[in-house]
Amino acid sequence: MDEKIKPTKIIDARGSFCPGPLMELIKAYKAAKLNDIISVYSTDSGTKRDASAWIKKSNNELIGVFEHEGYYEIVMKKTKGEK
Amino acid sequence: MNDKMSIIAFSGTEDKLMAAAIIASGAVANDLEVQVFVTFWGLTRTIKNGKTTPDLSFDGQKMKDKVFALMKQKNVPNWITMLKNAKEVGNIKVYGCAMFADLLEVKKEDLDPIVDDIIGVNEFVSLSKESMTFFI
Repeated sequence: MDEKIKPTKIIDARGSFCPGPLMELIKAYKAAKLNDIISVYSTDSGTKRDASAWIKKSNNELIGVFEHEGYYEIVMKKTKGEK
Repeated sequence: MNDKMSIIAFSGTEDKLMAAAIIASGAVANDLEVQVFVTFWGLTRTIKNGKTTPDLSFDGQKMKDKVFALMKQKNVPNWITMLKNAKEVGNIKVYGCAMFADLLEVKKEDLDPIVDDIIGVNEFVSLSKESMTFFI
């Protein structure tokens, strides 16, 4: 990931199964402030798609999905307030 | 925020209850209001000290030992824990079936705290109007 992007919050959901990492991400999103950057680590490959889709559908910004050794990192920016 | 999902959790096997809990999780992730109606064997799995051992449905019997061993090894949460986590994310209500609770002579306090209330079929169906409904 770009060194300039510093997550406000990192969720380490490695070892957690679908839908665990997505649920953790949504919880963090609800607690976050506008423009916060949230990063989630996941070993569950379904989360890569699921979390990316959720971020786009909820009108937030998907900064990227990064593959590290043995896990994925999904990074989002909260650009949409709560309804 | 008026979209709703209703799940009738009739079966009491771990696989089907997990499927119900996972679908409910996906629903709250999509801002749906969810209500889960646990009845018959689903209800028995919410009874505290109910001495019901998790089992798999008929299709899974041959793989049962392997699946439970893998679930344990990989720390897969059980369906009640999954529902608890989903409750922290969105609006999920779990209702026990009044008819089966009466038959077994169990009250709300005999059930796991995941169950919000015991209601009858009439109330559940009236709450399910205009929702997508699954029977599992």
